[in-house]
Amino acid sequence: MSGYPTHSDRPRIVKVEESRIETETARTIFFRDEASLKAKPGQFVMVWAMGADEMPMSLAAMNDKGRSAVTVKPWGPGSNLLCSLKSGDVIGVRGPYGNSFTPKKGSVLLVGGGSGVAPLIPLSQTLQEIGAKVTFVLAGKTSGDLMLLGEAKKIISKPPHNLIIVTDDGSAGVKGLAPDAVRSLLGKEVVDQIYSCGPEKMMRMVFDLAEEKRIPVEASLERPMECAIGLCGICAVGKYLLCRDGPILDSQQLKAVSKEFGSNRLDRAGRVVPV
Amino acid sequence: MTKAAPEALTSRKLSVRIAGLTLHAPTMLAAGVVGITTHLLHRALDSGAGAVVTKSIGLQPRESYRNPTVVGVECGYLNAIGLGNPGVEAFSEQLKKLDRGLPIIMSLFGSGPDDFSRMIPILKNTPVKGFELNLSCPHVKGVGVEVGQDPEMVSKVVSLVKRGVKKPVFVKVSPNVDSVVEIAKAAESAGADGITAINTLRAMTIDIETKRPVLSNKFGGLSGSAIRPVAVRCVYEISTSVRIPVIGCGGVSKWSDAVEMLLAGASAVQVGTGLATQGYSVFSGINEGILRYLDEHGFESVEQIVGLSHSF
Repeated sequence: MSGYPTHSDRPRIVKVEESRIETETARTIFFRDEASLKAKPGQFVMVWAMGADEMPMSLAAMNDKGRSAVTVKPWGPGSNLLCSLKSGDVIGVRGPYGNSFTPKKGSVLLVGGGSGVAPLIPLSQTLQEIGAKVTFVLAGKTSGDLMLLGEAKKIISKPPHNLIIVTDDGSAGVKGLAPDAVRSLLGKEVVDQIYSCGPEKMMRMVFDLAEEKRIPVEASLERPMECAIGLCGICAVGKYLLCRDGPILDSQQLKAVSKEFGSNRLDRAGRVVPV
Repeated sequence: MTKAAPEALTSRKLSVRIAGLTLHAPTMLAAGVVGITTHLLHRALDSGAGAVVTKSIGLQPRESYRNPTVVGVECGYLNAIGLGNPGVEAFSEQLKKLDRGLPIIMSLFGSGPDDFSRMIPILKNTPVKGFELNLSCPHVKGVGVEVGQDPEMVSKVVSLVKRGVKKPVFVKVSPNVDSVVEIAKAAESAGADGITAINTLRAMTIDIETKRPVLSNKFGGLSGSAIRPVAVRCVYEISTSVRIPVIGCGGVSKWSDAVEMLLAGASAVQVGTGLATQGYSVFSGINEGILRYLDEHGFESVEQIVGLSHSF
């Protein structure tokens, strides 16, 4: 029946074409999936690691020579299993779900931390294509934790675009936290738009800095999800369902959920816990 | 409560009285769907729901099952979320932060009379308008339909809750029983104020590539348009057998589905899966459509069409 596309909410079984080593433990998993090719930067898929879990993951690539990809860091049964997969193993994929970043021209700043770099990679590509001047702050705890650095270097290869690497311990790039780099940038450059994805406390700090300068922000948040289609409610951030209204919230929405953003979330029992 | 006031949200034609409660519209949020936070309950009310039912709440906090917990099939969804909830104490505290007087109904589950009687002291101080007993969840061992398939057990639980709380008590029934009418009658005799029919149907789906059941729990509950004809039949049978009001639930996602339920004998309808396919606008869409139907067919109120199919 038209207008009732429930069948698309079923995992499609796809082969892992490549599991690329990202860091010591993290992997970027490439697969071929028709529907994911049509995704927009910022959208996510539900990835089924069979026998372990099904998790929301931002697409790190929609169409890299016909392949899509997710970048995953091991933190639980599902992601552990994903990181252990080899070429030829299978995963389930449904989606893409959620909204996408709004690409804007002008001088834009991307701030990605950890595996949160993933959706910013295809976004930075789109931004360059439409003529934006892209500054990309790519952050990790140590040089070994920087995700998708190769991709970022490929895309942000020459001026006026600028790739700024930031590590907590200074083992690569600038020593410090991503928000420190953002603060210093905003002190000397005009920025028209900020896009952010990564640890929520980092995004909150970036948002607060942006608010001082009245720079609009789009931040991609992460929550546990069960259904990804607006039923389970576990991905609630204030009145928003991250699976449907997000995963990207803009400044106005972030202000509306100021109490939750960077502070708390629901766990799988619906209890309020710190992010 | 609501900002905008389109005609459908304010028309008195849509208002219904059920078990002593007045709802501005006959369209409710079903249990188990988004009703896990006060914000999301409020949003459903702001979107035109006449009342909202919370997720099913139990005595203790309980985590949902491992994913996949939801999967789409041709004409609906299967879910085995597993009654994840923060427990009655924490959830009641949350509800206390909301404005008093909102039409919120709290769904409850338990493994038997003991669980329910231990919840009652907390429920007495919970600011809701009524309770709905989930005696029909098909995918959790020892609760839901495993309690609700035995008329004697239904009777015990209902009379116990009725004695404990001074508010309307609805019983949500399952079609996965020998006779849904017998269960509804047992609930009525024990003092229930209304019946919600139906919960999901126990079901399963298998991925043929990997030969694996998709849901981690293997079995789940089927919802959506696939089950609407079953729900319509149950509503019809129950409403012709009991005197208490029946709330129709199962595959309602548009106004014509709701009208069909009302004609079958439902005094109101609940929407669950429709929220996934239509978003929050599902409530106002159904309300506006019912209103148009009433006008086109010359009726003054929703209550005039309840059970009209019984005369044939």
